[in-house]
Amino acid sequence: MKAFLTATVAAIVIAIVAGFILKAENESATAAFTTTSARVSTN
Amino acid sequence: MLISATVLLRRVAAALLLGGVVAFANLTPAVAQQPANDAALMEALKGTLSGRVSIPDEKSALLQQPQGREWREMREGPVKSLGGWLLVAVVVGLCAFFAWRGRVRVEGGFAGRTMERFTPVERFTHWLTAVSFIVLGLSGLNMSFGRRLILPLIGPDAFASLTELGKWSHDYLSFAFVLGVFLMAVMWLRYNFFNALDAEWFKEGGGILKKGVHPPSSKFNAGQKILFWAVMLGALVQAVSGYMLMFPFYFADMAGMQLSLLVHAVSGILFVALILAHIYIGTLGMEGAFDAMGTGQVDVNWAREHHSLWAKEELGARAPGDD
Repeated sequence: MKAFLTATVAAIVIAIVAGFILKAENESATAAFTTTSARVSTN
Repeated sequence: MLISATVLLRRVAAALLLGGVVAFANLTPAVAQQPANDAALMEALKGTLSGRVSIPDEKSALLQQPQGREWREMREGPVKSLGGWLLVAVVVGLCAFFAWRGRVRVEGGFAGRTMERFTPVERFTHWLTAVSFIVLGLSGLNMSFGRRLILPLIGPDAFASLTELGKWSHDYLSFAFVLGVFLMAVMWLRYNFFNALDAEWFKEGGGILKKGVHPPSSKFNAGQKILFWAVMLGALVQAVSGYMLMFPFYFADMAGMQLSLLVHAVSGILFVALILAHIYIGTLGMEGAFDAMGTGQVDVNWAREHHSLWAKEELGARAPGDD
């Protein structure tokens, strides 16, 4: 039971960390699909 | 210049509609014209339709391609129908097997003494892989079958929330799953090479088809070795195809993306079918088996019946009176 709970918590932590890293690295649609001259938003 | 492709499409459609109207206006009722025009339009669009764009995403210049339609038909047709029926067949087959064979009991009865089957690290690795796989499997099945099976039950709002949560979980839990499989490979690879004993195990039906039959087995029997290699191969295919989908067009073009999705869906369904059988034999199908991953301790008689060589080795290594 302890191994199961530890593994579950570990899986959630790994997923959250992966989510943060991928979100930080992800290119926004604004940047991906427009040229700089066509961007209204600076996000 | 995406607009030019759209305008081109509209012009083609308008020309076909106009042609249809002129040709059939006096011959057929208005209602009957639409299917004929749709068919003509689809015929005209059979080839690749592409234009020119000035935005960074050059792929958007491709408006439609025949391979895309074939891919969609394959995914919505055989992949979903055959895959769905395969999973149903596996569940029905396991139920039928259970009805016929019943639970595989410890025939010598529980000895009341236990021995360590898996260490805490091994069990952690197993559950890390298992927990993430269950979420990956359920969220993946929801992506394939949810719109047909779950949407009518819970409505569009709840289904949208569920699917969005499942999509993010599917993406991010994949890393825990891959890590778990990697650790399994490191820990268990040396036990999973096939040898002459495995042929005997197969000849005896793994000892689960008939009562009183217990083919000799080491730490892992031939069935578990097959499972091990299937998980390794399945995880590799799932990871490669899955990360190609997670990072669209980084590693593959449009055709590669379509192929990745088909491979991911087909291998995913096969993987789920395999793991259903594993879950069955590890829980309901065999008495005492769950303890191996539950507490890590198995009954000595269970070990002697199902993994006799491993039990002999382990018990022989113990100091007298240890068990």
